[in-house]
Amino acid sequence: MTAVTQIPEWEAAGLRREEYERVCALLGRRPNPTELRMFGVMWSEHCAYKHSRPYLKRLPTAGPGVLRGPGENAGVVEVAPGLAAALKVESHNHPSAVDPFHGAATGVGGILRDVLSMGARPVALLDSLRFGPPEDPQSRRLREGVVAGISHYGNSVGVPVVGGEVLYEDCYRANPLVNVACVGLLPSSRVFGSAAAGPGNSVVYAGARTGRDGIGGAAFASEQLEETSAESDRGAVQIGDPFAGKLLIEATLEALQTGAVVALQDMGAAGITCAAAEMSARGRTGMVLYLDRVPRRERGMTPAEVLLSESQERMLLVVQRGREEEVLRAYRRWGLHAEVVGQVTAEPVLRAYDGDALVVELPPSALTDAPTYRVPEQEPQARRALRDADLSGLPKPDPAQALLSLLRSPSVVSKRPIYTQYDHMVQLRTVVPPGADAAVLRLLEAPPRGIALSVDGNGRISYLDPWAGGAAAVCEATLNVACVGARPVAVTDGLNLGNPERPEVAWELAGVVDGIADACRALGVPVVGGNVSLYNESEHGAVYPTPVVACLGVMEDVTRALSTGFGAAGDVVALVGSDRVSLGGSEYLRTLHGKVAGAPVRPDLGLHRRLLDVLVRAAEEGLVRSAHDLSEGGLAVALAEACVAGGIGARCTLSPELFGIQTDLSLFGEGPSRVLVSVPPERYEAFAALCARAGVPLRLLGYVGGDQLHLRLPDAEVAVPVVELRSAWEAYR
Amino acid sequence: MMRDPRFAVVVFPGSNCDRDCLHVLRDVLGYPAEFVWHEEEDLSGFDAVVLPGGFSYGDYLRPGAVAATSPVVRAVRRFAGAGGLVVGICNGFQVLLEAGLLPGALVRNRGATFRCEWTTLRVERADTPFTSLYAPGEVVRMPIAHGDGRYHAPPEVLEELEQRGQVVFRYVDRDGRTTPEANPNGSLHHIAGLANREGNVLGLMPHPERCSEAVLGGQDGRRLFESMYRWLRDRALLAAGRTR
Repeated sequence: MTAVTQIPEWEAAGLRREEYERVCALLGRRPNPTELRMFGVMWSEHCAYKHSRPYLKRLPTAGPGVLRGPGENAGVVEVAPGLAAALKVESHNHPSAVDPFHGAATGVGGILRDVLSMGARPVALLDSLRFGPPEDPQSRRLREGVVAGISHYGNSVGVPVVGGEVLYEDCYRANPLVNVACVGLLPSSRVFGSAAAGPGNSVVYAGARTGRDGIGGAAFASEQLEETSAESDRGAVQIGDPFAGKLLIEATLEALQTGAVVALQDMGAAGITCAAAEMSARGRTGMVLYLDRVPRRERGMTPAEVLLSESQERMLLVVQRGREEEVLRAYRRWGLHAEVVGQVTAEPVLRAYDGDALVVELPPSALTDAPTYRVPEQEPQARRALRDADLSGLPKPDPAQALLSLLRSPSVVSKRPIYTQYDHMVQLRTVVPPGADAAVLRLLEAPPRGIALSVDGNGRISYLDPWAGGAAAVCEATLNVACVGARPVAVTDGLNLGNPERPEVAWELAGVVDGIADACRALGVPVVGGNVSLYNESEHGAVYPTPVVACLGVMEDVTRALSTGFGAAGDVVALVGSDRVSLGGSEYLRTLHGKVAGAPVRPDLGLHRRLLDVLVRAAEEGLVRSAHDLSEGGLAVALAEACVAGGIGARCTLSPELFGIQTDLSLFGEGPSRVLVSVPPERYEAFAALCARAGVPLRLLGYVGGDQLHLRLPDAEVAVPVVELRSAWEAYR
Repeated sequence: MMRDPRFAVVVFPGSNCDRDCLHVLRDVLGYPAEFVWHEEEDLSGFDAVVLPGGFSYGDYLRPGAVAATSPVVRAVRRFAGAGGLVVGICNGFQVLLEAGLLPGALVRNRGATFRCEWTTLRVERADTPFTSLYAPGEVVRMPIAHGDGRYHAPPEVLEELEQRGQVVFRYVDRDGRTTPEANPNGSLHHIAGLANREGNVLGLMPHPERCSEAVLGGQDGRRLFESMYRWLRDRALLAAGRTR
């Protein structure tokens, strides 16, 4: 038998040696084992954003309608006089890799409670998913599990999943990405926060009981996935209970009505430790917690287990002294546990007692102020070479066949078999259901006003050019929202990357954040919150840097929402926006030629801003009948989708003067800020005048009509019946 | 003076269409309507009861099974026995079956997945308190959203249901034909909704409250609530006439 090597205690807790030394210096003593474990989790990348915080400071976070920016559990922005929306995106990548069903389900539960923590009723969810190719049985199993998990939790809790996106690449085989965004509504005058204020006020625990599940989940999310993860890390995955989640929403909203709640926060990553530390630190107060009052599911739990459990469906509240009973009553009416477990203290110290024994005594800020790291950023030579790859001389497939192949490609194909598994209608707000460029929800509180939502991101573009990928995610999300006629007012971003300790990933992170920051600044759209998930790597390598951006837009009148599909024969078909396209990073290059290479187009942000404005005004003035953003597959795929959605054909000419003579580039080239519109002929002049005044290029392509998509190019002619386009686009695998 | 018919919308822990039903009844149609908590045992003062969709008590056993034993469902049973109008929508339909107020069962969808989509239905009976404003045989559009909506019953029960004309809604295609593709969940006899023998209890899987306003894509569901209102008002008028 070999000698057992002693792992140092800090390493077992997940800290570096120098971090441990820093903890000792902060405390002026060595932490006890329980305290050390709390530091291990609180100073994990997942909780502390050690590698991303310095970059995130670059994001613009303020704006005229912003009521709460980053730093709270969700951002809050005004959407109508007196009415605000809370929004946030969060990832659940590692848990979903290990246990797709429960991993994804608890991801939904967690983001719902972040929005609830602001005092908002959750009204919509969106999911942004990345998997390996569906031909791979393992990837398909992951996808089915994740979709079933989201469906299970979202449907049961009664919050509609109104939109999302699913994209596939080899790099996500072992490490799928599961990002879920949530939007909630609340009165602007009653935004809640998480700062624990008022020494003497009570700390109330509410919701499900505490068990041993999910202990160390945050730390697990901050490591690379190993081959053996599926077995050994299952204990780090929490099990969600949507029924308890639903009760917690109703009971919490009822408790907030009492006026006795001072602050609240979800007990998510790092459980009660994180909630107590963050709430105290934000309030510049302390807390004393009596752990034996915490409702438990299991006997014999140690103080550390109680403090670090990530059992789901639990909230921590600060309640005015003397009014505890009103709050407890609300939870108990809904059949939930609710107990006073401690007090807020003036002295900024977090103390926890197990019976009479003081087991934890820490300054909250020590737990929340983890060190940050800057890793030298280094673009890999190979990446530059990939971006500079010569894309001329590619074989030229038959354009009609290429179009059908692209429509069948898993990333382009209709996602109907996924979104019909989600209840997307509950709460009676969904005016434009999933399947369009953006979902539109009416605001019952402020009719006929509505909000539009879209979530977008393209890892392939970010891989080739991180800045372009970050900026493109913002451009696409805002453009999708504008395509239904809504004005983008805020975004929340989810960043998914590999191991940030590698210079290559640091370079990707810096580029992606700069791209988002520059785009948001240029467009005047603030980032009101977000999420960073790092260490998305397996032994097969890192995922593409994958920023996903969820955008919230506001529209004055939901009945003016534009459709995606062509609507009437005789309407003018036109392309509005940028003329710049590239095959670099395109779906065409990937699907038809098996390559991820080339330089994607970097957005012209000034033009993009003007384009957003044109679309919103065109919708408000009723100038256009349909609008559809060009994304994967370029112009040809957008035309095909507009035909299929409208059940009608179109006849277009792509003249060499405007589109050049390279057929594949004209049809399938991709670039930001491009929208396909159909315009009633009598309004075309007014629309053209609007574009001209705004300085946005407008290219007339042809007319809606017939039962086939007919495209004339300098050296090719494409004619495909709409029924054939439809059967290709509906070939979901 | 005659009182307006009053609607109760039952709230079970886990109901999630309760607010939607109340919205349609009260805000869209202007009827007197209020929530009734699952522990309530007294439904006096109400003329109609809506059991809304959702996942009552989490539905971890069989959908509707726990709710069927709740105090309010005991009250609903008495209420129905006395001739009150009861409509169970989606999970509410499941509750009515589990409570024995309607025959048969709803099991996992054919295909085993949850389905949220628009369906087309044929109104088989336009002479019930719930459907008097529809035309007999009319084809209407209503959305479904369920994982357990496949109607099942033994052959003799189905036979009896058909003979007595208790099937109120059937899944059909746009032309009113009962094709396999038009049946979203594999329900036997394409049953989407059925009534009890007396005709005062209706259960249906589709969601009429989700199609009661044009802005949501259709308003074929609205007439179901309007039919109930009219029937109750007419009954009250008749009763008032008799007592005079």
